[in-house]
Amino acid sequence: MGKSIRLKKGYDIKLLGEASKEISEIPVADIFAVKPTDYLSITPKLVVKEGDEVLAGSSLFFDKKRPEINFPSPVSGEVVEIVRGAKRKVLEIRILADKTSKYAKTPIPTKLEAQNIKDALLKGNLWSLLRQRPFSIIPSIEEQPKAIFVSTFDTAPLAPDLSFVIEQNKIAFDKGLAVLSELSSGNLEVGTEAGSSLSLSAGTQNEFSGPHPSGNVGVQIHHVSPIKAGETIWYLDAQDVIILGEFFNSGEYHAERLVPITGSEVSTPSYIKAKVGQSLTKLFSEQVSESNVRFIQGNVLSGAISHKEDFLSFYTSQLTVIPEGNKAEFLGWLLPSAKKLSLSRTYFSWLMPNKKYDVDTNTHGEERAFVMSGQYEKVLPMNIMPVQLLKAIIAGDIEKMEALGIYEIAEEDLALCEFVCTSKIEVQKIVREGLDLMRTEG
Amino acid sequence: MKILHDFLESVKPNFEKGGKLEKWHPAFEAFETLAFVPATTTKNGVHIKDAMDMKRTMITVVLALVPCLLFGMWNVGHQHYLAFGMEADLLDKFMFGFWKVLPLVAVSYAVGLGVEFIFSVVAGHPVSEGYLVTGLLIPLTLPVTVPLWMVALGAVFCTLLGKEIFGGTGFNFMNPALLARAFMFFAFPAFMSGEVWTDLSPEEGHTVLDAYSGATNLVPFDTDISLMQSASDMFIGFEQGSIGETSVIACLIGAAILVITGVGSLRVMLSVFGGGFLMGLLMNALAPEAANHAMHMPALNHLLIGGFAFGAVFMATDPVTAAHTAKGKVIYGLLIGAFTVLLRVFNPAYPEGMMLSILLFNVFAPLIDHMVVESHIKKRLKHA
Repeated sequence: MGKSIRLKKGYDIKLLGEASKEISEIPVADIFAVKPTDYLSITPKLVVKEGDEVLAGSSLFFDKKRPEINFPSPVSGEVVEIVRGAKRKVLEIRILADKTSKYAKTPIPTKLEAQNIKDALLKGNLWSLLRQRPFSIIPSIEEQPKAIFVSTFDTAPLAPDLSFVIEQNKIAFDKGLAVLSELSSGNLEVGTEAGSSLSLSAGTQNEFSGPHPSGNVGVQIHHVSPIKAGETIWYLDAQDVIILGEFFNSGEYHAERLVPITGSEVSTPSYIKAKVGQSLTKLFSEQVSESNVRFIQGNVLSGAISHKEDFLSFYTSQLTVIPEGNKAEFLGWLLPSAKKLSLSRTYFSWLMPNKKYDVDTNTHGEERAFVMSGQYEKVLPMNIMPVQLLKAIIAGDIEKMEALGIYEIAEEDLALCEFVCTSKIEVQKIVREGLDLMRTEG
Repeated sequence: MKILHDFLESVKPNFEKGGKLEKWHPAFEAFETLAFVPATTTKNGVHIKDAMDMKRTMITVVLALVPCLLFGMWNVGHQHYLAFGMEADLLDKFMFGFWKVLPLVAVSYAVGLGVEFIFSVVAGHPVSEGYLVTGLLIPLTLPVTVPLWMVALGAVFCTLLGKEIFGGTGFNFMNPALLARAFMFFAFPAFMSGEVWTDLSPEEGHTVLDAYSGATNLVPFDTDISLMQSASDMFIGFEQGSIGETSVIACLIGAAILVITGVGSLRVMLSVFGGGFLMGLLMNALAPEAANHAMHMPALNHLLIGGFAFGAVFMATDPVTAAHTAKGKVIYGLLIGAFTVLLRVFNPAYPEGMMLSILLFNVFAPLIDHMVVESHIKKRLKHA
């Protein structure tokens, strides 16, 4: 048993459209697309060309700067189109999938040791399941992490119930943890929700209680094993642990996730068994009748804008659809209202703490200079001064950024700060700029 | 409201880039966003946003000031009729004050907002909503007898030199409303101290009572504290003083609104009161034998007289000019409270220390924050 940590700061955003615990298999579309843009800070170099046949798990492209790291195809079939954007940037590799997938087989070593595991992951093109802090990028191969972290619960708005997901795939999950424990030389730290009945096959269990973002791996790392300059920590999503475990059980890449489709615009919010790269068009058409909506891959705080004809991204474990807020509201800033969601108590909605909201994408006001203080601090359960850190980033003061803890954060950890900000400052964008600056200059 | 919206949409192109009235875009935008929360949506980062914005924040502060404003209006009438020894009912008193105070408020808003609009148009930046609060704070900190042209001058001074030359709301380092008051205090001392606190416009058939004294409680305080009004009178606000500052109760109602809505910092308010009280106790402990020395003033009374409560609740808490860090806020508040009492007790020429004390520590707030951040960094390094 590891630590037991109570977090008080944070905020649970209660939204309409929570997924019911039912799993529906959606008809698999023929066309799959793999998007190199899903992976932060890599330069993709293609291995395949149009017309090539690929297997599920075989390489489609690699990182030009680190050619050992390859990226897999989720299905078998024929590469039918390579979609490029400005400056011939590769946006999508489209594959016409076989009716039943044929898998590339990777030999799995009988004795699991850190080096064997690394070799198998590289050979199986699954290195990209691992991510590292700082910077939340794919780690380099040579590095030995201080620890590997897995969070087994997600506190983001309408997030998947990971204990439900893990339950469905317990064998693969256990195998995944066992592999990670070896890979980290025993330093596997698993964050669980206080009171969870999850039994772990390996790793140190750290219990967390408190509102969002207590389920964020960044927050958990901060409280269990804070990152100093020069150190790295690896982490995986719980669903990626399952994929990893499956891979070490069968030698095959089964790119499947249980993804909840959530949000107030979804007709029957529930879980779907989805494959990475799968077309979402049909799902969105069936589930969403309104046209003035925002499709999001991920949650409403840190997800990416999607669209109706999009494909499931590599790290996506949740889909959300909410109304667009592109309409002006007469005297909206002045009138008392109980319908608006606000952490402040300037709207009467604070008198109904358990109410669920239908929130649109309106910014509710214009961007201003930093005026209010103490807002960010209320929702960030970390020993970090968020405003001072952001100002250091804006000023490009590398030393100060390091001293104030930039290595410990990623966008998602400060997403709530951006949500509550009265001045409507784009906090996550600033954080990413800071991280990019540190990576190139630091 | 569709008519208004359609009208705004129809004239909007004139104010956009390339339009005839492009230069006036900030002014148009100010009106437009005042009427309608704009239709802008999130682009990157979070997809949903808290419904609170700067306008909502500012209007909440204005709402919190309303009890002070209403009580102030009543008290202006009350003090007026008291000076003439006349009987008057609640409404008479209120209406007398209402017609005296309203022009001050109107001039403050009209002139200040005018300057702000012109500046925004010239500089091409959006009109900020900060003046919604400043415009009301200025008259509330003034004696009711102040001439209107002086209010206008104060509003100009505060908007231009207190805020806009630093880049507008969010970049100023001193409380603009207090700066206006300080400017008027030093530029026109005759209108800002002495027998200016009660409106003595003539009443037919009545003369000012012999017993009337135009001095506020802060004056006998320096010579003989036994001449002061009772603590309960001062708490409720039956005393002479600046329009909005006399009633501690009204200030506390405002404080409750600010704290409950999360707009004002309870940390700052409590530490200002705490600092004043502790310094008051210290003064009591060190007081000389002579019983009428100002050092004998009961510590609690320090918090009730003059603009102490008003300053603690509405001025010291200004989020832009106060310290920004949690620990910094406590230090900042304690220093303001303590320094105010110190000024009052030891500087007979300047009994109302609140204003200068806040302005002084406005200047020091960045330094306080800097020290807090440095100690945070040191602790982080040790922790690491």
